[in-house]
Amino acid sequence: MRVNFTVNGRKQEADDVWEGESLLYVLRERLGLPGSKNACEQGECGSCTVRLDGVPVCSCLVAAGQVEGREVVTVEGLADFAKQRAEGCASGACGTELNKAQQWQAKPADSQTGEGSGLSPIQQAFIDAGAVQCGFCTPGLLVAADELLERNTSPSDADIREALSGNLCRCTGYEKILDAVRLAAARGEAETAGTGV
Amino acid sequence: MAGVTRTPTNLTQGSKTKGGIGESTLRPDGTLKVTGEFAYSSDLWHEDMLWGFTLRSTEAHAELVSIDTSEALAQPGVYAVLTYDDLPADVKHYGLEIQDTPVLAHGKVRHHGEPVAIVAADHPETARRAAAKIKIEYRQLPLVTDEASALAEDAPLIHEGRDDHHIGHVPHPNIVHRQPIIRGNADEARKKADVIVEGEYVFGMQDQAFLGPESGLAVPSEDGGVELYVATQWLHSDLRQIAPVLGLPEEKVRMTLSGVGGAFGGREDISMQIHACLLALHTGKPVKIVYNRFESFFGHVHRHPAKLWYEHGATKDGKLTHMKCRIVLDGGAYASASPAVVGNASSLSAGPYVIDDVEIEAIALYTNNPPCGAMRGFGAVQACFAYEAQMDKLADKLGLDRVAFRQLNAMEQGTIMPTGQPVDSPAPVAELLRRVKAMPLPPERQWESSEGADVRQLPGGLSNTTHGEGVVRGVGYAVGIKNVGFSEGFDDYSTAKVRMEVVAGEPVATVHTAMAEVGQGGVTVHAQIARTELGVTQVTIHPADTQVGSAGSTSASRQTYVTGGAVKNACELVREKVLEIGRRKMGTFHPAWATAELLLEGGKVITDGGEVLADLVDVLEDEVVELEEEWRHRPTVAFDLETGQGDGHVQYSFAAHRAVVEVDTELGLVKVIELACAQDVGKALNPLSVVGQIQGGTTQGLGVAVMEEIIVDPKTAKVRNPSFTDYLIPTILDTPTIPVDVLELADEHAPYGLRGIGEAPTLSSTPAVLAAIRNATGLELNKTPVRPEHLTGT
Ligand code: FES
Ligand code: FES
Repeated sequence: MRVNFTVNGRKQEADDVWEGESLLYVLRERLGLPGSKNACEQGECGSCTVRLDGVPVCSCLVAAGQVEGREVVTVEGLADFAKQRAEGCASGACGTELNKAQQWQAKPADSQTGEGSGLSPIQQAFIDAGAVQCGFCTPGLLVAADELLERNTSPSDADIREALSGNLCRCTGYEKILDAVRLAAARGEAETAGTGV
Repeated sequence: MAGVTRTPTNLTQGSKTKGGIGESTLRPDGTLKVTGEFAYSSDLWHEDMLWGFTLRSTEAHAELVSIDTSEALAQPGVYAVLTYDDLPADVKHYGLEIQDTPVLAHGKVRHHGEPVAIVAADHPETARRAAAKIKIEYRQLPLVTDEASALAEDAPLIHEGRDDHHIGHVPHPNIVHRQPIIRGNADEARKKADVIVEGEYVFGMQDQAFLGPESGLAVPSEDGGVELYVATQWLHSDLRQIAPVLGLPEEKVRMTLSGVGGAFGGREDISMQIHACLLALHTGKPVKIVYNRFESFFGHVHRHPAKLWYEHGATKDGKLTHMKCRIVLDGGAYASASPAVVGNASSLSAGPYVIDDVEIEAIALYTNNPPCGAMRGFGAVQACFAYEAQMDKLADKLGLDRVAFRQLNAMEQGTIMPTGQPVDSPAPVAELLRRVKAMPLPPERQWESSEGADVRQLPGGLSNTTHGEGVVRGVGYAVGIKNVGFSEGFDDYSTAKVRMEVVAGEPVATVHTAMAEVGQGGVTVHAQIARTELGVTQVTIHPADTQVGSAGSTSASRQTYVTGGAVKNACELVREKVLEIGRRKMGTFHPAWATAELLLEGGKVITDGGEVLADLVDVLEDEVVELEEEWRHRPTVAFDLETGQGDGHVQYSFAAHRAVVEVDTELGLVKVIELACAQDVGKALNPLSVVGQIQGGTTQGLGVAVMEEIIVDPKTAKVRNPSFTDYLIPTILDTPTIPVDVLELADEHAPYGLRGIGEAPTLSSTPAVLAAIRNATGLELNKTPVRPEHLTGT
């Protein structure tokens, strides 16, 4: 079958999709967007988390056919998505071209400050806080954490834990992931208040 | 798109600060990892690639009567179906130390999930469905599942005709390896004891549960060889095992490390490497294999489950008199790393305590259970769980404070290990306990607020099982000792290739090693070392591959020590060459070139007095300095097979934990409130990463304490819970705050005085949590993981 849907703000079509294929498989193997990860393919780890019409979902549990006509945001589109959201583009869905998303090239960042990379605040905070080790859980966590901060700009620790409870990480012990979300929230508030963090 | 895409690239990183060792520089691969661009081994793609799939045995011990692949092979889209009979070379087995593992099962299967056949097809689902059409006839064989059935008179032999180097000293062919350690006279010393404490402990089978599944891509090359992109912990060890079974010389198997989604020991052994190469060479097409989570549980070895028996004695003023222990590790169907795990379990079984008189025995069994091998903590974890429980029992029996009792018996620099080896660098065991105890305790009943109980902070969490009724708090302490590096006489070297040149008007260092970056941050540290030694800011990390000499394994907390040491050494040699060039070109301009101690700093050559002699750019001009060098830490020796004596270890690493738990005693639910850790790291090369390692290791120890266990049915030896639905690892809700206190006491033998850090926090975390639960409930709890029924007695 053919599936038409919007990925990172641009219309895409995937051909020759099998009935049983998941959205995750179509993204990774048919659209060349392997940023969403495949740690369990049974809805338990959250490494495949994407936004489907704005809602974080495990893309391994979504049949490809179910996304016909719907909007998906993946980690590859997260930086642009956040930028456009900050600039007021409705739900940030102004889009990233597929070939750009396939070749996401962040500008080389400084080893200390991570400045000047063009990343979204949550991506930058994950790097700065040391929330990335092997990084396999990171794309899913970023999508989930970005969505949390979109609806709650100053989450409590309990809020963060609740929002990220569907995302497994085996490396970090989560402490620095909490740090990263706190950091992104603090930077967001500082920005609103006009002070820097 | 043509050729292989999503292969690893150079990582180049600059720095506005010096960016050297001791700074928390950020990961050079961080940006790629947060944008989804980082090329993991499961992301590889080649335009005409096939998908491989492994058919695994449904039985744990059975004769293979027949295998019929014809129907599978006839499926459209299927390119190959291979079994043992199709193996191309005389060598058909592999293994880390003992080559006892068949590439595909032959004659019989020895454990549930053993690979029997492999399929290549044009879609992963086609491959899976074809594999389901392979007909296998099994004839059941009697099972070996524990020590009693392994050593019974009529026990079937898991491996007949063993000819490995351990068979001569084991009492039974179903024992992989046995290591006794006898020092002093435990029976004599026992007479001095005022109290004796005995205990039997059971440690469950833990899975590494790294998130990135086993995966890789094999691409046949024109010279008849193969290019293999894979996630592993040790490229050269894989290579040594892969090439012979392919019938290829090692130089025709070119390996590159792809992005690795965690490892924790689970990638020390071969998984899909050989299978993908076989299918690629057979079909002439690139073949990708990606395990799903179910298969991953069968695709790698696990942590050895263990039964441990301990006896300790102490005088009434609290001094340990003696220790006797017997540790039985279940190695499962193949040897994997079992011999080395036995060496660790035995040599570290006394823990970080002074005990002069010991009688120790550790064995690993061959059984029909899943093969067990390396996992973070490697033999020391199981022992720590048991000896720390013993320490609490002793302290209680003596009426002494549990921490004070440990401090009274804590080893220190100069203490002699049970193996006779002196501990010749700082061993701040008492101090770590002091620090972890001194941290402020989290407030009681944090879940209480004016609006009632916040269930998210209570045992049971959002399941809303209690609002505080029946909830009891407990506090527990534990401390452990882990060796760093490969032990027992192993030639544990690493290799680094370092290059220095001027690129775009700036001096740049390139570091090339075969070190497997599995998430630990080795690449970050290599860049820091190059900056420190070579005075540059720009460093490029070359992808790890087999075009450079071996780096040894990313295990045993050894990489920063050993490959870090190799990078440091190579940088020092490059620096010498750069200075030689400088002396040649500029020596006549300034006498200091000949007389002073010279350093490279801030892109310049300076004297130890700080005087600038030249810019590196002017010294080098268009010259390139490059060299590759092996580096070794001081040698170790094998343990004596009868007495266990010998200077077997390179370095020791220590961590202590304090756990605070709240237990819903009615439902048996545990909430770990806080898990504080103090660890001596020698020198924190990257403090941010050090803390991350300690928190991650601590959490894996927490998992074993209250959640994690691979359940093997004792009647069938089949794995009952191979999924993240049934094998639970800690989520962010299960994981408490983990305050970390880092101590830096230099080890003069190690580069920069550093101490390997990755494993020690995994040791003491588990017994600290168990101690806290015992403290809350008063129960004995001699088994991991603690389950609700253990607490409620139902
Ligand atoms: S891969 Fe989708 S939840 Fe794990
Ligand atoms: S960083 Fe490895 S799983 Fe989270």
